[in-house]
Formats: sequence, C-alpha cells, structure tokens
Amino acid sequence: MSGRARFAFGMLAFGYAFLYLPIALVIVYSFNESRLVTVWSGFSLKWWHALFANEAMLEAAWLSLRIALVSATGAALLGLAAGYALARAPRFPGRTLFGSLVVAPMVMPEVVMGISMLLLFVGSERLFGGPDRGFLTIAVAHTTFSIAFVAIVVQARLADFDRALEEAAMDLGATPWVTFRTVTLPLIAPAVASGWLLAFTLSLDDLILTQFVAGAQSQTLPMRVYSSVRLGVDPQINVLATLVVTVAACALILSGWLTRRQRG
Amino acid sequence: MSSTVTGDKAIVRIEGLTRRFGPIVAVDRVDLEIARGELFALLGGSGCGKTTLLRMLAGFETPDEGRLFIDGQDMTDVPPYRRPVNMMFQSYALFPHMDVAANVGYGLRRDGVKAAEIADRVAEILALVHLQDHARRKPSQLSGGQRQRVALARALVKRPKLLLLDEPLAALDRKLRESTRFEMVRLQEQLGLTFVMVTHDQEEAMSMATRLAVMNAGRIAQIGTPHEVYEHPASRFVADFIGIANIIGLDGGGWMALRPEKIALSAERPALPRTVAGRIVDVAYEGDRSLYHVETDAHGTMTVSTTNISRSAGAAFARGQSVWLGWSDEAGQRLEA
Repeated sequence: MSGRARFAFGMLAFGYAFLYLPIALVIVYSFNESRLVTVWSGFSLKWWHALFANEAMLEAAWLSLRIALVSATGAALLGLAAGYALARAPRFPGRTLFGSLVVAPMVMPEVVMGISMLLLFVGSERLFGGPDRGFLTIAVAHTTFSIAFVAIVVQARLADFDRALEEAAMDLGATPWVTFRTVTLPLIAPAVASGWLLAFTLSLDDLILTQFVAGAQSQTLPMRVYSSVRLGVDPQINVLATLVVTVAACALILSGWLTRRQRG
Repeated sequence: MSSTVTGDKAIVRIEGLTRRFGPIVAVDRVDLEIARGELFALLGGSGCGKTTLLRMLAGFETPDEGRLFIDGQDMTDVPPYRRPVNMMFQSYALFPHMDVAANVGYGLRRDGVKAAEIADRVAEILALVHLQDHARRKPSQLSGGQRQRVALARALVKRPKLLLLDEPLAALDRKLRESTRFEMVRLQEQLGLTFVMVTHDQEEAMSMATRLAVMNAGRIAQIGTPHEVYEHPASRFVADFIGIANIIGLDGGGWMALRPEKIALSAERPALPRTVAGRIVDVAYEGDRSLYHVETDAHGTMTVSTTNISRSAGAAFARGQSVWLGWSDEAGQRLEA
C-alpha cells in the first residue's frame, strides 16, 4: 500500500470512528452487567429484560410507532402530490412562491412551527371542541413538516425522468391517470418509499414540535427518554438506542435495495 | 405534380396549422395532405418545425390555429390517447420496468384486448422484427438496434392508421442505419401502413420516402418525390439543403441550381454549350467519388464531382491544376426564389 493510500484509509477510519464509535459503544454497553453506563463489568441481558418489562417505555414506543406510520403515510401521499405538481405543472404565476412554500418547513425553526400548530389546535378546540391533543394532533403536525422532504425527493426523481415515457404511454392509449398509475408511479416508487422512510425516521425522533402539540396524556418515546434521562441515565436507554439504530439501519438498507432494484 | 392527393385517398389533411411558443412561430400556417400507404418524410434542419408538426399529429401539441384531419375525422382537439395514431420516439421511450413483451403489449392492454389475443399479437409482431427470442428481456438488456426494433414493434402492434417516427434511425450507428432503413421500408410495404417520419438526414429521407416535405422556419419550402425535390428544387433554400448545389446567377436575373455530378471536368475545353475555365483549389477523395472545389472567374468557387471508375490513381486532378468545366443547357434547374 502506498503512503498516499495509507493516509487516505487512515482519514477514512478516523472519520468513521468519529461518527460511529459512540453508537458502537451504546450498543456494546446495552449488554453490560453494571448499572453504571460507563463501567464494563460483564455480559448480561438483564437491561434488555428490564426494558421489555418497562410498561411506560413500551407504551411510549408503541405510540411513537403508530404516529410515525400514520404521519409518514400521510406525508408520502401529500408529498407525492406536491412533488408531482412542482415537477409537472405548467408554468403559472406564483409557481416559484408555491415551490418555496412547500419546502419552507424544512428550514423553518421547529419552535415556530410548534407554536403555530399549538395555536391552531387550541383555536379549533375552542371553536369545534376538538380534536383532543394527543395522537391525532401529533400525527398531523409530523405530517406537515415531513411533506417537504417527500416532495423534494419526488420532485428530484421526476426532474430526471424522461417525459417521453409518459407521452409514449398516452400515445398507446393510456389516459393521464392510467399513465400515472402504470408508468410514472412504478418508476418513482423508490423515491416515494425513501421519502416515506425519511418521514418515518423524522417522526420517530421528533421532540420539539411534539412537545408543543402533545396533550398531557400522550408521551412519545423521545419525550419519555428525555424525561427519564433527566432523572439519571439507566442502561435501558442503551438497549432502546440499540433498537432504534437497528430499525433505522434496516430502513436504510431497504431504501437502498429498492433504489438498486429499480436501476437494474 | 404530386403535391396534393385527392379526397378520400388522403389519410392526413392539415389546413393552416400554426403553433407558437411565445414569440416564436414553430409551425406557420402549414397545409399538407398525405395519402394512404405513403412513407412521408418531414425533412429540415433543427428548429424548422418538423418535430412540432409531428407532435401535433400525435396530439402532444395543440395547434393555435388550423385544423387537422386524420382519415376524414377532425382530430385537432382530440387527446393523444384517443387518436388512431402511434409514435416511435427518438429516445425509443421503452418502459424500463417492463420486459419486451409487456412493452409491446402495453397499448393492447389499454384497449382491453384479451390476454390470449395480446400474447398472440405480441408474438406475431416480435417475429416480424426478429425479436421472438427476446420477449422476456428488459430494455436495459438489449442492444441499441434491438431497442429500436422493440420501439417499432410497440408502435406497430395496434395497427395504427398512421405511424409517426421521430428521427427513427438517429441513435443507430452508420452500418446498422443502412440495413434498418431497408428493413423499415419492407415493414411499411408489408403492413400497408402510412408512415410519417421526421428526419434531419436528407440521405435518409431521400432513400426511404415516397414523398417528402422540406421545411424551413416553420413553413414547407417544397413537397415532392425525392427525385422531384433533388432535380427540380423550387428555391435556393431547397437546392442548397438537399445535396450539394452550385447556385449560379443568370444573365437575365434569377438563379440556377447546378448539381456537381451534372458538370463535366476536363483539362481541355469540352464541346458543351456552357463552359468555364478555372483552377482546382481543393480536392476531397471520398472513395466512390472525388469532390473538387474549382475557383472560376465567372461563378466563384464551384463544386464538381467525378465518379472514381478506375482503381489506378486517386483523384484524377490535382490541386492547383487549371481545368475546364462544362455542362449542357438542361443540366441546371431554374429557381423561382
């Protein structure tokens, strides 16, 4: 190995260590015997057992999972529509403004979104007597800020999409809707799926926005973890982190596999 | 001559068709009739409006003015999916997520044809383009020539009243292009369909088309058989665009187009009604023929070609040599514009 290659690999190893060593440590310490998260005293699965017996934590996890599923699906549908409109609609006055408005939630401070959402829900509660703050309001809030991410991914995919494919379908007798269903959608499905996965992950670990719109009764997983950490860290947190990393890694691999299969 | 076709023989009738893109008039008041069973070529440089005209036939562009009839029916405002017309795209536009059979059968499925009949018709058309063994391949697993034939089969399988071809041979390499040319003419005659082809390649248009329209700046400059357009160009533009032409100013005003192969090149003054002396300034040896650029006092630089019938020497004349050019009175075509 030449000096240059060795240097390059060294840099690479350093970079990856910086990114992933903390995560690796979390995973390793989830199998620790000791109560102290920083001292290794032997292999044990007792914290895994403890977590799976922790009702409050499991309940929070279940709530987060349901919210993530609903909001990711909502965001995927709305984001698909927005991305399609951005990429395909003919030029109209205010098109640039419309495009910026769709992606604004990506850069808007979450605190601002949180306050505005909270005011909206409080107002609607006063006017219509609902909805109760909890599952529904959190899911709606998460959907709102995830739309932008799906829209961006879909729009980018459609931008390098050969328009002749859609024209060919119509030329062969497909109505615009059939064209979308049989040609456009199958070809951009991987983009929609990665948008969905992105929205799912964003929802799963959101804390700031959630705290504004969650009622007194609902506690999502990040809220639960945050409050338990303030009371002192317990190795159950490591177990939980390990689980989350595993789910996220699976999602990433799935999204990569989808994209590759598409190209082949 | 054959610039119009009579009544019910016309499969396409276009009246005053116009399409503007902002300030640009892409197609400008075009009138055109195409007869059943023709292989008609729209020929012109880039931006001449030939592709826009083809896309209006397919229904992808809506004309701003004028009417468009296909087989006697007004199709001006009919969307592409309701026209008895199919198109072969320049990029082929094969659906990458479907195999060859699904691509070819797509249009039949849209028409609600039964699965068994689709299978039969797909197999039949694939055999016609020699792809019967590739039905289960994805487009990405095919060569350029095979993809071109899949695109052709997909456009042909519905037996359209009109098949539109957008630069059908442009993506193929030269050798393949020549054999495919004959293949497409064979298919067109065998199936008895009407083809309308857009091309920028005059050689392609000349060798394939029964008639062609030369387009310039959104208008049709001339319509005729390849022979008519080559030997009797109507304008300086057409004479210059199709093949090589020496445009010579006439004494009484006006212009004449003189093709390089109609001019005799010799060392001595030839016994022909028109002669002019000159000096060779450039020679291009092309194998089957040689092209000479000859500087003359009377007409500036003229292009002359000779057929290389002997293998012995290369070009018969050398650069710098003084020569005579001669032609008969009927060799040139008087130009209207």
